[in-house]
Amino acid sequence: MRSEAAEGRTVIVSIEGLSKSYRRGNQIIPVLQDVSFTIAEGEFLALMGPSGSGKSTLLNLIAGIDKVDTGSILVGGADITSLSEAELASWRAIHVGFIFQFYNLMPVLTAFENVELPLLLTGLGRKERREHVEMVLNVVGLADRMDHYPSQLSGGQQQRVAIARAIVTDPEILVADEPTGDLDRASAEDVLTLMDNLVHEFGKTIIMVTHDPRAAEKAHLIRHLEKGFLSQ
Amino acid sequence: MLFKLIIRNAFRHKLRSLLTILGVAIAILAFGLLRTLVGLWYLGVEQSSATRLVTRNAISLVFPLPISYKDRIRQIEGVKLISYGNWFGGIYINEKNFFPNFAVEPQSYLELYPEFVLTPEQKNAFIHDQRGAVAGRKLAEKYGWKVGDTITLKGTIFPGQWTFVLRGIYRGAQKNTDETQFFFNWKYLNETMKRTVPRRADQAGFYMIGVQKPELAAQVAQAVDATFKNSLAETLTETERAFQLGFVSMTEAILIAIEIVSYVVIVIIMVVAANTMAMTARERIAEYATMKTLGFGARHIAGVIFGESVVIALIGGVIGIILTFPAAHGIQEQLSQFFPVFHVSSMTVYLDLAASLGVGITASIFPAWRGATIPIADGLRRIG
Ligand SMILES: Nc1ncnc2c1ncn2[C@@H]1O[C@H](COP(=O)(O)OP(=O)(O)OP(=O)(O)O)[C@@H](O)[C@H]1O
Ligand SMILES: [Mg+2]
Repeated sequence: MRSEAAEGRTVIVSIEGLSKSYRRGNQIIPVLQDVSFTIAEGEFLALMGPSGSGKSTLLNLIAGIDKVDTGSILVGGADITSLSEAELASWRAIHVGFIFQFYNLMPVLTAFENVELPLLLTGLGRKERREHVEMVLNVVGLADRMDHYPSQLSGGQQQRVAIARAIVTDPEILVADEPTGDLDRASAEDVLTLMDNLVHEFGKTIIMVTHDPRAAEKAHLIRHLEKGFLSQ
Repeated sequence: MLFKLIIRNAFRHKLRSLLTILGVAIAILAFGLLRTLVGLWYLGVEQSSATRLVTRNAISLVFPLPISYKDRIRQIEGVKLISYGNWFGGIYINEKNFFPNFAVEPQSYLELYPEFVLTPEQKNAFIHDQRGAVAGRKLAEKYGWKVGDTITLKGTIFPGQWTFVLRGIYRGAQKNTDETQFFFNWKYLNETMKRTVPRRADQAGFYMIGVQKPELAAQVAQAVDATFKNSLAETLTETERAFQLGFVSMTEAILIAIEIVSYVVIVIIMVVAANTMAMTARERIAEYATMKTLGFGARHIAGVIFGESVVIALIGGVIGIILTFPAAHGIQEQLSQFFPVFHVSSMTVYLDLAASLGVGITASIFPAWRGATIPIADGLRRIG
């Protein structure tokens, strides 16, 4: 299973023999079976596949918010499957940014405060935090909306705030689960352009789950999941 | 910043939060008033002096002692003052107007009870008038009595109409001194008995003994009872405190019931608040999962949930405490004949605070534990 990713670029994520199943009552549901692949640094990867094929599950495993059954996931050379819950939390805070289908902003916090939230775990002072937050809000083009609450923003704007939150700690990897799934065409276009910029201008690696062929088009590389197996 | 999150979360559902706060406030108010009520029964006991003893008939309070005991008690070592009196139990106009009233030997009684403060003129007038009587300030206020007024009580233990002249109105030396008592010259009672029922004359219902030092109290009490051992009327001498407790213990069962009810009120509000917090935390599970995704740990999530619950409970608690004071005042106005003082103690305020903190903490134990331990992927699934 060869890919462009391997050609001359540093591998940032390396997955080997990954399996995952869920238990429902006394029934075991296999979701991922012996999945292996690598992702190069600076890649914009789209994961596609039918509903229930295990895309979200795979993304969660790479991002360290779920536990594998067997197999290893090396991120930046470190095996995250051997980390404890608390170690994983600190690891995520530093290395991974999250973008969700429904934005997952705190409704009681302003755009500014939502973006500031992950910085509370960094030990930065108030002034530095403010600088970081203003910078990333500028990147997503919402500096003028920072005192707005999520309910006062459109879906596309909320998703851009969420992207600002994902990049404010400057992680190497961004994971996005259907980031345009809840957006209209124009807003989706904005969000995808923004993500594309993050890859090209800031050198981020993005792993995006999507159903939307137009979204996948923006990505450099598309992988398909079919009933827990990686095809193509 | 996380504090901001806690505060804003607490007031996210305004109506729900307000109702919870109101519930806690009312529960704390009820708790505070019930505790105050219980405290009151014991107050009489607490304010009684450790240097005063009460001697009564060993068989029962209703049997008197010969007046001749007075001189024999005075000779016992350690005795400084002695006074005596009878529970009178008279009724003013009708039974509803209850207040304690008794006959006492004026001079020694006032010496033994310096907390009842009279002006020297009033004191003098009382001591020298065989029909003289003294009332507490609150009692006099209640019935509009003034010094010089004539007051008639209907006797129960000592039948007949008894007419007194109010010679003084005493004030309490301390805030919690009982200002609802009524006492009159024992001579009036005794002279009347001599004329009407001679066999009931020259009898004292109880002797009050002032000892030189509190350390001598036990020794003096023993000496008194030893003196009258094997006589026609044996005595039982105890500290004023123990004597009062004897009264209180009659109502012990009621007191225990009230105490239990006060705790039940708190338990009920705990359950109600726990239900509300569980509902709230369930609605926010995806938000907590999102925070965990960003790297916040179980402790942060638990802290945010605890914090919200404690903020709500404490606001309710403080409102309840503030309401306790006017409520206690109102009760005192209405029921001053039963509760001469209805004073909310600082102990009650601390208990109120502890109870509301307890409500906040217990209400959030389960939601906090759930929020802290739910796997992230499961929490995130609860969206959309
Ligand atoms: N916590 C869980 N418990 C039990 N089964 C689960 C759990 N999480 C996922 N599954 C099952 O695993 C399978 C894959 O789920 P997953 O969410 O990864 O699919 P997906 O490819 O993201 O689908 P969609 O496109 O609909 O989002 C599904 O059959 C799902 O029901
Ligand atoms: Mg999915």
